[in-house]
Amino acid sequence: MKTKSVLEKVLESGQFAVTSECGPPRGAVPEKVREKAELLAGHVDAVNVTDNQTAVVRMSSLAACILIKQQGLNPILQMVTRDRNRLALQSDILGAYAHGIDTMLCLSGDHPCFGDHPMAANVYDLDSIQLIQTVKKMRDEGKFQGGDDILNPPQMFIGAAANPFADPFELRVARLAKKANAGVDFIQTQCIYNLDKFKTWMEGVRARGLHEKVSILAGITPLKSAGMARYMKNKVPGMDVPDELIKRIAGVPKEKQAEEGITISVEAIEQLKEVEGVRGFHIMAIEWEQKVPEIVERAGLLPRPKF
Amino acid sequence: MITAERKPMEEIIACVKPYQRILLIGCNECVTVCAAGGRKEVGMLSSALQMAFMQAGKTLEIKELTLERQCDPEYIEELVGYIDHVDAVLSMACGCGVQEIARRFKDKHVYPAVNTKFMGASERQGMWAERCQGCGDCVLGITGGICPIARCSKRLLNGPCGGSGNGKCEISPDVDCAWQLIWDRLKALGMEDRYEEIMEAKDWRTSRDGGPRRIIREDLA
Repeated sequence: MKTKSVLEKVLESGQFAVTSECGPPRGAVPEKVREKAELLAGHVDAVNVTDNQTAVVRMSSLAACILIKQQGLNPILQMVTRDRNRLALQSDILGAYAHGIDTMLCLSGDHPCFGDHPMAANVYDLDSIQLIQTVKKMRDEGKFQGGDDILNPPQMFIGAAANPFADPFELRVARLAKKANAGVDFIQTQCIYNLDKFKTWMEGVRARGLHEKVSILAGITPLKSAGMARYMKNKVPGMDVPDELIKRIAGVPKEKQAEEGITISVEAIEQLKEVEGVRGFHIMAIEWEQKVPEIVERAGLLPRPKF
Repeated sequence: MITAERKPMEEIIACVKPYQRILLIGCNECVTVCAAGGRKEVGMLSSALQMAFMQAGKTLEIKELTLERQCDPEYIEELVGYIDHVDAVLSMACGCGVQEIARRFKDKHVYPAVNTKFMGASERQGMWAERCQGCGDCVLGITGGICPIARCSKRLLNGPCGGSGNGKCEISPDVDCAWQLIWDRLKALGMEDRYEEIMEAKDWRTSRDGGPRRIIREDLA
């Protein structure tokens, strides 16, 4: 074991891991964080806390992680390299670890043009792969990126994202290989709707033995309606929603579409369990956290192991 | 080349409003090539300004000049005979030229008439695109001759983000994904293996982050 991360322990035990996500509120309202986390308690191994997702200002990921940690859940600190340079990133990692946060996700982040401050400066001192390298160096060598020694180096279990559906598709396995070489421990994928394409990507991943180097958690986002499915397909960069799926959800009456969306997610998890190299599920129910327990339960992922 | 675009007329008029006599100076280098501040643009701006002043019932005396290079002290000296006869200088050069004039003529008001944009190349008639950010440590040799720092919206050094689709950047369908271009070129060159070499965190000291930069060549001093 590299760290004390519960997620690492679950993965090490060979069981499917389950993570979910909590987007911090747009204000100093800790009760909102606690409400969301409470919905997930007992049903997931760890909770990702997003970092100014879609480039919109929210309560900091670190602060929300601490609130969630105090509730007895295991937060995953998401960090984007868009807003902070290497000094700020590393100091937040020290702060997080000082509060017992031992799992994180290294991301580049959405471009500011999508958010509420499109006029903001874009930092990108590091990219996501260089952030992985930085966190690994802090953990394994006890050194800052700049080379100085760290007093009590943070032992982070290191995650990153992978989008098997973005272009160039043929580069996507190589990109995962690069993250693996940089030292990533686990991967959470983009939401999977196109199962065939995901399986093709996983074939490439297995052909290079990458599934043995990194634990891949398959991304699942339940669709609430045919409208949301169409929005995801047309408006969200790097999202692949097949037409048959949109047809399926549009084929049921409006009031039943949400339920159909949950069923689609459960079916996807059942199928993905059979894909060699899938080690768990990352269920991102966007502003729909109350549905996560149902999905986890129906997909046969309960009870969650205790460590 | 350094590209530029003329500022909006209202902004230029607001700058020169308090004056009766100005020097309007173009530059024969980059801003001539990108049709922002050469001899022709000096003539056009001069006419437009005079017309605007006339409509406001005022007059503006404009001396037009276009220097070989405004970023070179040698050519700035050519202004010596004119500078005392004007109240202010309006420069159509890039920011380098404007600053050279301000440095040489310390008590003269100097205004920029263009917004300096970027170091770029012409993609077709009437269109220029950014190519270089002057990071001071060129990586083009390992990226197939396409710069991820200037051309990736997130200046990512290790490959495309999850927002690359159909060869385009997530920020706009008008922007090519730099990493798609790099990958295509590496493939064409049979250099795909290069992609998997991790580019380490960059030392930005050679870029603007290290403070204002200088080049000192003792052999030329």
